[in-house]
Amino acid sequence: MEIEGQIRRYVLESFLFTTDDTRLDSRASFLEEGVIDSTGVLELVAFVEETFGIEVGDEEILPENFDSVVKLAAFVKAKLDGRSA
Amino acid sequence: MLVHHFLEHSAARAPDKVGLICADQRLTYAQLEAQANQLAQALLARGVQAGDRVAVWLPNSVESVVAIFAILKAGGVFTVINPTTKPAKLAYILNHCAASALFAPARAAAEIAGLLDAVPSLHTVVACGGAPAGGDARWVGFSDLLAAYPPDRPRGRTIDIDLACLVYTSGSTGEPKGVMSTHANMVFAASSIIEYLQNTVDDIVIDVLPLSFDYGLYQLLMVFKFSGTLVLERSFAYPAAILKRIEQERVTGLPGVPTVFAMLLQMDLSKFDLSSIRYLTNTAAALPVQHIQRLRAAFPWARLYSMYGLTECKRTLYLPPEELDRRPGSVGIAIPGTEVWLEDETGARLGPRETGELVIRGSHVMQGYWNDPAETAKRYRPGHYPAERLLYSGDLFWMDEEGFLYFVARKDDIIKTRGEKVAPKEVETVIYQLAGVAEAAVVGVPDPLLGQAIKAVIVCEPGHTLTEQEVLHHCRQRLEDFMVPKLVEFRDSLPTTASGKVQRSALK
Repeated sequence: MEIEGQIRRYVLESFLFTTDDTRLDSRASFLEEGVIDSTGVLELVAFVEETFGIEVGDEEILPENFDSVVKLAAFVKAKLDGRSA
Repeated sequence: MLVHHFLEHSAARAPDKVGLICADQRLTYAQLEAQANQLAQALLARGVQAGDRVAVWLPNSVESVVAIFAILKAGGVFTVINPTTKPAKLAYILNHCAASALFAPARAAAEIAGLLDAVPSLHTVVACGGAPAGGDARWVGFSDLLAAYPPDRPRGRTIDIDLACLVYTSGSTGEPKGVMSTHANMVFAASSIIEYLQNTVDDIVIDVLPLSFDYGLYQLLMVFKFSGTLVLERSFAYPAAILKRIEQERVTGLPGVPTVFAMLLQMDLSKFDLSSIRYLTNTAAALPVQHIQRLRAAFPWARLYSMYGLTECKRTLYLPPEELDRRPGSVGIAIPGTEVWLEDETGARLGPRETGELVIRGSHVMQGYWNDPAETAKRYRPGHYPAERLLYSGDLFWMDEEGFLYFVARKDDIIKTRGEKVAPKEVETVIYQLAGVAEAAVVGVPDPLLGQAIKAVIVCEPGHTLTEQEVLHHCRQRLEDFMVPKLVEFRDSLPTTASGKVQRSALK
């Protein structure tokens, strides 16, 4: 939940420029809903690498990993679990 | 020839060939032709008249492709509007061209309800990707329309000097301008580009650019003209997914803008089999010479075309790839069948090594701006013969001794970011709507990924303070993604020139 919360806050503040928590549905597709634009994905990659200390390979930057708060949180969690295992 | 004949001829010539691949959908030319005919019948039945403007406010999708050809078959004029355009600007454009119908995403129900109130000319909204909200007879579903009409081709009533399309671009006055293209303009421009790219029926082109952008739109038109295959993508947001797609579909043509190629060059391309790529094209802004060299090294088997153009004539110049090593900084020569030269302020033609405005002559010179004779007269001026007009590009170039052209600068303040034109005035107008703003100026600053990043410099009214977040939040609700500033700076005053104008060069 903490991972998801941090991602939510970042997306709200950096892409929607708001702290209004109701403005973002965690399951909604970033691209479909126009939450982030095409260069925004790279900013998102930099954010999760820095915040969670993970490394994201080019081939992992895919919609199934990055296109919603829930997907991205699951991806980050899997990366963190894989590292500690 | 008319633009929708591209599809009709391909459907006759190669009915079972897959013409369009989009997400998990693959459509043959026969299927595309049938759907476009059904939808055209539906538009006619709903009262779309010859010459009516019909807008397509959709992301790249099968629906947007079918809609474009259906509108033309019904005798209408299509205009594709960026899907990130916000309702207020969309309403402005729809009212500006008095659109009679609109294709929009079904999930934008609230926005559509507002548009139906704000745009009196609108009699039909076709909801795509879901059912329309009930209760308003003007609101119909895309798939319901297809199912209700036969796939018979409507009887044609268009000739090639009729308008086919409006492309709205950011205007220096702050209001968007709609560039008018006839069928003849578009058929000519598509043919000329196909000629120098040497496209054949075997080409498979991937389109990651929005169809609202003429560069993205012409990929569709050209592919349907030479009966190739178009792989249509939503965007370039996930480069690895695009590269996988290129590998799977054995894509031969990759059109991009400098931002796309900058993103590609940040990746490890050796993980993908990109050997099918026959050519890469760049336009909208110049590629840094260093990126040209790195692209050549990454794709040694492919031809790289540096090009230049403006919506007002589609494409203007291209550099034959065999010249690239000798003059990497050039964007080349006039596209086939057209003429260009440089002029100084007095209208005198210039020779080699002299800098002047690029002037363009040919059948690709479009008709001017919809309902805007003053702006049209600035760009389009009388030509050699009575019906002819020349296009004054507003861009400064110089030419080498062998006639190859080099971009120098724009004559105005227009910003090029991610390959899209942004008029500072349009962004400034939005910022001025924010309470507490006394003065605002918007400039482009160099950015390695975007070409230019948009920077807003703001002076607050006495007693007011604003934060960067407040400004960006405000902009984001009103402007397309690419127009939202990347940087916000607050100052006590704006620097001015002796004549009292904002001195933009001092803000960068």
